[in-house]
Amino acid sequence: MEIVRSQKKAPTTVDAVPITQLYKSAPALEVRLEDFEQFAIDRLRVLKGISDGLSRGKKHEEMQKLVTDLLRANMRHPDPSEVINKDIISHFVLRLVYCRTEDLRKWFLANETALFRCRFNGESAEVQRALMSELDIPHKALTKAEFENARDKLSQVARSINQPLPGSTTADTTFFKVPFEEVPDLVAGRRVYIHKGHAYVAMNQVVSLLVTKFRSHLSRALVLTNRSSVPLTVVSLPRKWTSAVKEQEKDRLSPIVEALCTSYLGPDYSQPRELAEMSIKDIDQVAKTSFPLCMRHLFEKLREDHHLKHGGRMQLGLFLKGVGLKLDDALAFWKAEFSQKVGVERFDKEYAYSIRHNYGKEGKRTDYTPYSCQKIISSTPGVGDHHGCPYRHFSEENLRAALYKMGVSSRAMEDIMDKVRNRHYQLACTLTFEAVHSSSCDAGINHPNQYYIDSQKALQSKVNCI
Amino acid sequence: MTREEVENGTDDMLIDGSDEQQRQDVNAVRHEVNANYLKSYYGKLFPVADIHKWLSYGNDGKHPRCDESYFGRREFSFTLENDVYLRFRSYNSPSELEKYINDSLPFQIDIGAVYSVDPSKRFAYAQSGDNVFIPVERELVFDMDISDYDDVRYCCSGADVCLECWPLMTISIKVIDTSLRDFVLIVSITDDFGFNHILWVYSGCHGVHCWVCDAKARRLSNEQRGAIADYFHVYKGSENSNKKVYLPGPALHPFLTTSYTNVLKPFFEEKLICSQNLFSTEERYEKILEMIPDESIASELRGKWQDKKRPPNSKEDFHIHRWEQLKNSLQSGKHLATGLRRCIEEIVFAYTYPRLDMEVSKHMNHLLKAPFCRVCVPIDPNRCEEFDPTTVPTLSRLLEELNSGASQMQIDSENKLKHDAKSKLG
Repeated sequence: MEIVRSQKKAPTTVDAVPITQLYKSAPALEVRLEDFEQFAIDRLRVLKGISDGLSRGKKHEEMQKLVTDLLRANMRHPDPSEVINKDIISHFVLRLVYCRTEDLRKWFLANETALFRCRFNGESAEVQRALMSELDIPHKALTKAEFENARDKLSQVARSINQPLPGSTTADTTFFKVPFEEVPDLVAGRRVYIHKGHAYVAMNQVVSLLVTKFRSHLSRALVLTNRSSVPLTVVSLPRKWTSAVKEQEKDRLSPIVEALCTSYLGPDYSQPRELAEMSIKDIDQVAKTSFPLCMRHLFEKLREDHHLKHGGRMQLGLFLKGVGLKLDDALAFWKAEFSQKVGVERFDKEYAYSIRHNYGKEGKRTDYTPYSCQKIISSTPGVGDHHGCPYRHFSEENLRAALYKMGVSSRAMEDIMDKVRNRHYQLACTLTFEAVHSSSCDAGINHPNQYYIDSQKALQSKVNCI
Repeated sequence: MTREEVENGTDDMLIDGSDEQQRQDVNAVRHEVNANYLKSYYGKLFPVADIHKWLSYGNDGKHPRCDESYFGRREFSFTLENDVYLRFRSYNSPSELEKYINDSLPFQIDIGAVYSVDPSKRFAYAQSGDNVFIPVERELVFDMDISDYDDVRYCCSGADVCLECWPLMTISIKVIDTSLRDFVLIVSITDDFGFNHILWVYSGCHGVHCWVCDAKARRLSNEQRGAIADYFHVYKGSENSNKKVYLPGPALHPFLTTSYTNVLKPFFEEKLICSQNLFSTEERYEKILEMIPDESIASELRGKWQDKKRPPNSKEDFHIHRWEQLKNSLQSGKHLATGLRRCIEEIVFAYTYPRLDMEVSKHMNHLLKAPFCRVCVPIDPNRCEEFDPTTVPTLSRLLEELNSGASQMQIDSENKLKHDAKSKLG
């Protein structure tokens, strides 16, 4: 079997995780069907691990370590010369899987980009510079004069982000002047000095530039892959791959790839199960017993204020849809509350439309899916908002009070607060579930609708035992 | 008035009383505003030609590089009298736009993005390949609503505004504007993003909008807009967290320091603590004490202030005196724990830093109320055209700037062509 080496001629040591790849074009490699599936699964484990780490709010250094461990555990190969191939092949196989819908693309993009960032950070300065040239970043090093003029401001920025002061070692006088729009994440975090439209980027921040380029390239590639690949069959593979796969095995590929996609993202709760139904009269009771804290809070605020802002309406509204509240009941429910504040007419004119929209009965007729924990945790509630994850946004005092109301004992309370302090919001919610239901939740909470379903199950089994 | 009445803010209740009357008057006028008013407003005052000229950004000229389709690809949306809401309207000329407005007399006009094809014709094109309906240009916009400041003002709430709390808006304008460009009247030390064509607009009832019209700004992607919005995002409020402003680290970013030193601190110390009586009642000063993470300092101050009658000197001295006490407590040598390091700045920021609506700035297709559009008219119908001439350029001034920049536009487009050609060859 002929193996064509990839274009990156980087030295690999026996133990090393693969050198950072740019995945610019599909490789001319041959691959066995078993490897096809296994490589993809291994890489998927890495991406899933990254996704978990991000949703727990892990910081840079923790993510760095996590990625190193994940790669070491999953991306090795008994034949060291195959390590890079595994990296490349697994990436391109997953592209096929994850290009197909907007949500899948978003997930893949976010985690591949995070992976790239961590790997780049671990590379030597030489490799980093080589990658910079490959990606064509427009940048100019600061002249000595420019550096001196800006030195004060640059020092101030460095101190504000706990970085060594510029000029303290020879390496640190290298700054690049880059148009600010090239480094959105540095701008967003106020990690650079910005002047007259230019961001002054330190050498150790250059990764941001690369990550942006990597991300936009991958984003475009995913959309193109989606357009060009029709049903997910072997037809969409690079031709070299096709010839490596025996005729009778061609039909096997589609189901493998389908399975890859759904097994790791979990159900999305967009179609409530047939037997799941919720009627309005049950809501108050069920909110007390089976809603996770985030939804309980929104629900209570809605009852109290007879109003919720947009973020809250979306988060709670879609959750209720996932729980089984039918459109007509939903309209009646929201109307009963909102009309107390804004009147029936205004409700019909201004709010009914978006409820119908959420159920896929208006506009594009997209059937929106209830938000997962990851999505909720990463939202940013502002003034007057009540959505988002309470474990993340509530003050300790308010959180304790809310949990107390749910019936959490003081001992469980301490465990939960400990998780919150360490930013393990989903674990905190899991512990809350366990405390409230006096039963264990091994899978951990990833989705509010999952909390609801598990809660109903737990309560039902108690009833059955009586 | 007894001492208790003073402490409990009876002063303010009297002020509220007269405001209530004013509010009733406004509502009465609102009901009377009808088609006749709108007809004469749109017929005589609404500057269609200027708006067309502004939004064309030079493409309405005769230069061969002018894109004649440009204005026609801009989305307008309208709210009509019976709350009918219409999106994706577009017009090829100012007279078409004018005719529609005079015929339908909208209550509100919103401006959206410039799309790849005429919004009103978006279904006529097959949606495949390169022929997709997407936004391609859109001013960078910011939205600040006075009702988001309700937790730090006691004179008004909701959509109401008075002379005491309107300054919260104007200093917000100064902080953002300075960072966006050279600010004309104040000697600026920071001019971060290098934008020049900035329009601040009183958004009708209760806030301000900012339109950044530079070509570079219009072409920013959603991600880049989000980055700028996050750069400005300091106040992270939500009812359930105590700390809305969190400034960690041994130093602040120069943008924050400059804003603090030049604008926020002077405003807070010289105007706000007095105009909003921040220390006069327990309810109010508790809000401030809540932001001090060290309970022993907070109770020390509480002890000094509780049950103390206001000394006979002026109101200003009273509040300044208490603020000084607070600062001294936090700055005295023994309290150097982290968390206290920035407490004073955090308090000032929490009360004065601009509160932006992040979602407005982050998306290209967000619709924003058009300047000069009549809406929520207060008692004086000329108010919606009135901008503070010392701090905010008018539409005509903006046009002058753009006109002198029109020749710049030609140079810009020449450079772009050269660059594109180079990258194709290189």
